[in-house]
Amino acid sequence: MNQAMNPSTKLRDPTAETSPTRRARLAPPPSLDGKVVALMDIGKSRGAEFLDRLEGHFKSAGVATKRYRKPTNTKVAPAAVLQTIAAEAQLAVIALSD
Amino acid sequence: MIEVLPADGLVIVAKHECHTCVLVEPVMQSLDKAGPLTVITQDDPAFPAGVGRVLDDQQLERSFHLNIEAVPTLIRYEGGREVGRTVGWDRAEWTRLAGQAAAGEGLPAWQPGCGSRSVEPGVQEALIARYGDPGLASRAIPVGEWDDPIEACFERGWSDGLPVVPPTDERILRMLGGTDRKPGEIVGLIPPNLAPCTVEKVAINAVMAGCKPEYMPVVLGVLEAALDPLFVLHGLLCTTHFSGPLVIINGPAAKAVGMNSGINALGQGNRANATIGRALQLIVRNVGGGQPGGMDRATLGNPGKYTFCFAEDESDPDWEPLAQRRGIAAGKSAVTLFHAEGVHGFIDQKSRTPEELARSLAMGLFGVGHPKLCDSGNAVLVLSPEHYRIFKEGGWNRRRIEDELYQALKRPGRDLIHGAQGVPEGLPASMADKIVDKFPPDGLLIVRAGGPAGLFSAIIGGWPGQRVREECQAVTHEIR
Repeated sequence: MNQAMNPSTKLRDPTAETSPTRRARLAPPPSLDGKVVALMDIGKSRGAEFLDRLEGHFKSAGVATKRYRKPTNTKVAPAAVLQTIAAEAQLAVIALSD
Repeated sequence: MIEVLPADGLVIVAKHECHTCVLVEPVMQSLDKAGPLTVITQDDPAFPAGVGRVLDDQQLERSFHLNIEAVPTLIRYEGGREVGRTVGWDRAEWTRLAGQAAAGEGLPAWQPGCGSRSVEPGVQEALIARYGDPGLASRAIPVGEWDDPIEACFERGWSDGLPVVPPTDERILRMLGGTDRKPGEIVGLIPPNLAPCTVEKVAINAVMAGCKPEYMPVVLGVLEAALDPLFVLHGLLCTTHFSGPLVIINGPAAKAVGMNSGINALGQGNRANATIGRALQLIVRNVGGGQPGGMDRATLGNPGKYTFCFAEDESDPDWEPLAQRRGIAAGKSAVTLFHAEGVHGFIDQKSRTPEELARSLAMGLFGVGHPKLCDSGNAVLVLSPEHYRIFKEGGWNRRRIEDELYQALKRPGRDLIHGAQGVPEGLPASMADKIVDKFPPDGLLIVRAGGPAGLFSAIIGGWPGQRVREECQAVTHEIR
């Protein structure tokens, strides 16, 4: 009777069911004016090269960027990194390059 | 898939912890020798000993599908159809169904069985959810195998900020068991979206709030009162003011579900108080779509918007409870809903006569909204036992307290107009020569609650929307 591990666990919708069952993605912003774009290197080799190129494109378009990096690509980003990005940027590009 | 039972032969459903099942273990062995027998065992795959075909039913799927209510149950099948069934041990019935091999020599002629594990409290709903048709209309939201259902509820925006109990089918079915009303019945339209809310949606949100099934009649009564047009739930939700719904329960229902009217009645620690108030707020949030920052525009809000619900102390036969004061017959259960901001503590440890205490309470009550305003909301006065004792010993009953406070809450307009006392806030200059009431005659609701020690009472300010009396009032409804 272990519920937590039951692959068929389902909940019933407590709402008026006016929105899709899948959570909607955030809509992209209408403009990048005044926004800061986080460029996060997930820690795989040569990711920085790819982000360098992106950074150049953003810069030439007049969009501010900030660089972030996960300590390792084998684990999820530490909460501190995600919190810093959320505090300092409004958009994020998470990139890798193999 | 569970194994198919034989088209012809005998089936016995049993459990080891049942004394009658143990008693008939030799009979089961005898029947196994005589012909095709299948024993379905609910708790111990090694029971009964000496029988060839024993099916493990610890998950109770077979017992559920066979609709077993007690064990042992003996069933005879012929041509794939059940042709006979008997419950417990009864020699005459067993031999009628199974022949002389079921005679059970040496056993008493008759012994009742035990309840089936499949019908133990709470189990049946789990089995319906797992193996049957729960009959729920709300759409199912799957949760990933490794996902935490509580976190899934947060991510979907179903929470007030505290964890909710995940609304699984078995919990919803148990909750629906707390009311006789049909799951599909529409209770009303929930603002701000005016979404139809069924009893089933109420049950789902009551599960999430942490309610027990027996709270359902109270939760339904609270919701119906909140949807009274005179309560103006939509306006209360979308106001920039602090207020939210305060739920006060009177009558037998409060005692039946164990609500707190005593020590810390306005605080934490009582499940019924906490979850009934929370259920109302979750219904508004989830069904009505009323969320802070969306339609809820409160500048600051107040902690009572998580939940604000308590029962009145009706232990003193001399005290007329709030619900009866508001027209509900004695002995009936009722809910009163008030548009409430937070609790303002009132301290008076020096008054010894009713007159002194009434004057003192009036000073505290003047502060509701603003000391110079008289249309900034009504109030609830929660009178503690020690303060009430002063009134009672002075011979004042509810009506006298109300009348005396009404008189004590009159002030000369010249003290309250714009600019008076160096404060711009206040009444129009045209009120300068009038005597002004702080509240309308029925604008102060007095209720008794609290622990036995402490010369403290509580003032709960109302909502400025109450100043349009014909449009917006506290409401009291009977809970049926």
